[in-house]
Amino acid sequence: MITIDRIHKSFPLKGETFTALGEVSLELADNEFVTIVGPSGCGKTTLMNILAGLETPTSGQALLDGKAINGPGPDRGVIFQQYALFPWLTVRKNVEFGLKTKGVGREERRRIAEHFIELVGLTQFADALPKMLSGGMKQRVAIARAYAVNPSILLMDEPFGAVDALTRVRLQDQLLVTWSQEKRTVVFITHDVDEAVFLANRVVVMAARPGRVVEVVDVDLPYPRNDELRLSPAFTALRNRVWNAVYHQETPA
Amino acid sequence: MTTLVESPPQQRAGVPRKKNRTLLLNAISIIAGIGVWWGFSLAGFDIPAPPEVLKRYGELIADGTLGEDIVASLTRVLSGFVLGVALAVPVGFLMGWYGTVRGLVEPWVQFFRTIPPLAIIPLAIVLMGIGETPKIFVIFLASFLACVIATFQGVVNVDKTLINAARVLGANDRVIFARVVVPASSPFILVGMRVGLGSSWATLVAAELIAAQQGLGYRMQSAQLYYDLPTIFVGLITIGILGLLMDRILLLAETKLTGWQERR
Repeated sequence: MITIDRIHKSFPLKGETFTALGEVSLELADNEFVTIVGPSGCGKTTLMNILAGLETPTSGQALLDGKAINGPGPDRGVIFQQYALFPWLTVRKNVEFGLKTKGVGREERRRIAEHFIELVGLTQFADALPKMLSGGMKQRVAIARAYAVNPSILLMDEPFGAVDALTRVRLQDQLLVTWSQEKRTVVFITHDVDEAVFLANRVVVMAARPGRVVEVVDVDLPYPRNDELRLSPAFTALRNRVWNAVYHQETPA
Repeated sequence: MTTLVESPPQQRAGVPRKKNRTLLLNAISIIAGIGVWWGFSLAGFDIPAPPEVLKRYGELIADGTLGEDIVASLTRVLSGFVLGVALAVPVGFLMGWYGTVRGLVEPWVQFFRTIPPLAIIPLAIVLMGIGETPKIFVIFLASFLACVIATFQGVVNVDKTLINAARVLGANDRVIFARVVVPASSPFILVGMRVGLGSSWATLVAAELIAAQQGLGYRMQSAQLYYDLPTIFVGLITIGILGLLMDRILLLAETKLTGWQERR
């Protein structure tokens, strides 16, 4: 379970204090799929970096199963928007990277990597270099790489932000298939309202200046989710609610 | 994830044909160049014709002079270059990785970079005599300066996202250095090595023109005294070919080691 306890983050910017996160508190249950949606500057990436341990909050704390997060760890896998694959390593070696730092033996590494490469449907590209892959394929490798170290939490920072709209829909479907086979707690950041509603158990809507949570919307739609659901009235109703929360935010004076 | 919806970017077709065409154009250009040279010599310009230079090549190879000169020059350049690179790579890494080292080393590197290595020769000869030491030292300096800057730039330019990606996969600083920083900066280092080798080679020939008893530069210098133009041509062509060969070898290493790069 993740507990975000009154996290506040500010830093000096051109002689003034810039508040990235006002005061944010949230609780995420195990194996929950939570999406965070909001305009740019609402601090969603800062929040994710704090959970990843790449940034520290100015005050407040983030807890993972009751223990304070200070620094990155293999219990939390991160998927970056820019893929961040090691371009000199093959798909297989990329997926094995975290296992190697953990000290997992060669045979075991290979077995685990093979499993997750298959899970994301890239078996025939296992020995290809990242430069041979399209954007969507690269992001699937990054997902396999994050899964391979067996984290209890996956943090995804606009992972499909750089791919085209058609590929994006396919990647969303595939991510849900992967997640249903290998359940993890997922924190997924996006600025796409449809994406946020389609994937999540719960949508957290954030606002900017200062970064804060304005609304949390429960998405009580059943999994597996498919195209039919995307077009259903229930989905549209939720989508409209989130849309209003994102785009009709009252800006404080 | 059962279906594969995307295909990887296609390799551009027609590359081999283009390559053949380039090679053909290269060959035509070289033959035409030799023709022009021959033409100038026939037209009465005071330069030796290609057959004359070829004949001198034969003589210098037969009496062993050319071989000895090449060995002497290559030994100097390679020892200076290897020493320079061997010191530049660790120093460049330290400069990129530790701010303290950068602050201490950078002013000196930047200062000496503005001095052409050749300008150090008079000082080197006074301090180190006229033996091999001053020549190797100057070459060492030339390759060190080129390579240290490139390595440093390589480390500084490592994508921060890659470092973060390694960190969240459980890598500590040592692992990040060995498995992210070193491979990510290798393209820069290899470019630095190529630049360093080029400037070493240029510096060497000039150093031999000033003070040497053997070597390609020395051979041309002494030929000048006897107005021996064919020998000067032999020297020039040999220097060019050897320089090109060394560059090609490094280029091959570069392609092999850094072929993973995405070229845009």
